[in-house]
Amino acid sequence: MKMVEAIVKPFKLDEVKEALTKAGIQGMTIEEVKGFGRQKGHTELYRGAEYSVDFLPKVKIAILVPDDKAEKVAKIITESARTGKIGDGKIFVSTVDEVIRIRTGEKGAEAI
Amino acid sequence: MGRLKYRWVFGIVVIGLWIAVSAVFSIAQETQAPQAFSEPVKAADAAAKEDPGKTPVPFTQALSDQIGGAKVALDTVWTLIAGMLVFFMSLGFASVESGLCRAKNTVTILAKNFIVFAVASIAFLVLGWGIMFGDGNPFFGTQGLWFVGGADNSPLTGDAYKGVYSSINWTGVPLWSKFFFQLVFAATAATIVSGAVAERIRFGAFYIFSFLMVAMIYPVVGHWIWGGGWAAKLGMFDFAGSTVVHSVGGWAALTGAMVLGPRIGKYNREGRAMPIPGHNIALATLGVFVLWFGWFGFNPGSTMAADAGAIGRIAVATNTAAAAAAISASITAWLLLGKPDLTMILNGSLAGLVAITAPCAFVSIPSSLLVGLMAGFLVVVSVLFFDKIKVDDPVGAISVHLVCGIFGTICVGLFAQDQFTPGTTGNGLFFGGGIKLLLAQVAGVIGVGAFVFTASMVFWKMIDAIIGVRVSAEEEIEGLDIGEHGNIAYPDFVPAMGRGTVIVSSMGENLKAPAGYRAAELSKEAGS
Repeated sequence: MKMVEAIVKPFKLDEVKEALTKAGIQGMTIEEVKGFGRQKGHTELYRGAEYSVDFLPKVKIAILVPDDKAEKVAKIITESARTGKIGDGKIFVSTVDEVIRIRTGEKGAEAI
Repeated sequence: MGRLKYRWVFGIVVIGLWIAVSAVFSIAQETQAPQAFSEPVKAADAAAKEDPGKTPVPFTQALSDQIGGAKVALDTVWTLIAGMLVFFMSLGFASVESGLCRAKNTVTILAKNFIVFAVASIAFLVLGWGIMFGDGNPFFGTQGLWFVGGADNSPLTGDAYKGVYSSINWTGVPLWSKFFFQLVFAATAATIVSGAVAERIRFGAFYIFSFLMVAMIYPVVGHWIWGGGWAAKLGMFDFAGSTVVHSVGGWAALTGAMVLGPRIGKYNREGRAMPIPGHNIALATLGVFVLWFGWFGFNPGSTMAADAGAIGRIAVATNTAAAAAAISASITAWLLLGKPDLTMILNGSLAGLVAITAPCAFVSIPSSLLVGLMAGFLVVVSVLFFDKIKVDDPVGAISVHLVCGIFGTICVGLFAQDQFTPGTTGNGLFFGGGIKLLLAQVAGVIGVGAFVFTASMVFWKMIDAIIGVRVSAEEEIEGLDIGEHGNIAYPDFVPAMGRGTVIVSSMGENLKAPAGYRAAELSKEAGS
């Protein structure tokens, strides 16, 4: 099983969610996060004191998929979340050792 | 910042031109023509002299009493309503201060602003009024000290007045109306302090200090200037309280901020000022609107009479100064800082209001425009200055009330014109009166400054020695709401890391022990 985590721009969340559910993904978890990549931040002043605006709000979507679906899901996310502008985000794919459904105790592929 | 270099030149040219044009208007204006409505009265008098039998209504004692009673009633109603407007300013202060500070300290700031009105009410009732307006010596009253209990036959005025509050016998309203109006002014002075000491002062320390301030510091200064004391005898004039209220609050705020030291995280290891953004600029803006509104009671109400000729003019002078200051503050911030920081614009309008508070009854409308323009510029520069000298003032209270309070008082000496309130100030420097008035103003400013700075410093140090004025580092980081009151202002909301995460993210990196603070304790508690 693979965990596909995608950090995307917040206003793209709905589009990504639509695309994923249309492709048959049945569940996901989202977090509101802040982050920056290679783009530089910029400085602002508050009452004359300088501060840098580095961290921009993003949304992190986490989806658990069987191994064979991981690439497809990553592709769907990439296409629906892309704007072509700086700060579009990244996708991380990692391996998951175990997954358990709390309600029934099912494990493994049945629990996805 | 390279882009700011040429903005300095441009800005100085623009503001200089504006001031020059306004100055020309102000100085070149003609004396106002006498009121046109006196002509029909003169004609009626002349007709009555010619043929007394034709006089329509006999002027009896009863008629005279009726007219006099109506005047007292009108004066009283106006004074009380104006006083209620000033009461409402407490809401303005509470909103501005909590809006410009962090959410975790909201309860404590509101609590300070709330309790200070209650404390001021009692302190002024018990002793403050007596010291301020009681007959006595040039420095403080000695008669009728306690509970406004001295002999008094207000609303009789002038020579007909028999009582121990002679210095305020000029206003024809009853005693409790005078008291109420003066009370809300005392409360305003005390609430100014709350802004500069915010986010790190112990509630108890502020509580005690407020009592001492309204019972002893404020009324002594008030006695000097409004209570027939030495400053009044010297010819110093402060119509509605740029010195009596605002600079007194400002000096006490300054000493409080000095004794407390800056907030944790305000200055980084290199000593650079860090931004600590307020949590609710909407609330702050609402607060400033409320203050501006309340000032229409503060200034015109200080006539303590329904003086039709004066109160409208004073209201317009007040508004003009506020508006001009808001504009010049916005331009100053735009040029100096690159963007028109709303918090600076808000401070700007307040600066104009504070600055016009002393001169409002004595100056022309164009003069009030000029006063406002300069105050707006002054407050922005002053905020940056106090940050530079490491006096941490979260809301700009010192810049608004102390600096512009002094400035407004000096402006009386510059812009006063005898025609507006005849027989009081005479003409200021710019209107041919020479420097006599200006010197009196300066003397008053220096005397008040020396006294309030010293007295408030002594009180702060006393309180610090006995119970301590500053909260622990741990409590300051957690937020005073929980530590001081056991309340959370917004319990439903998860605290978010602000955009200025430089302050919050790695506390170890950005902490610098505030001046005078116990550094070892600071790093120990912050690291836990």
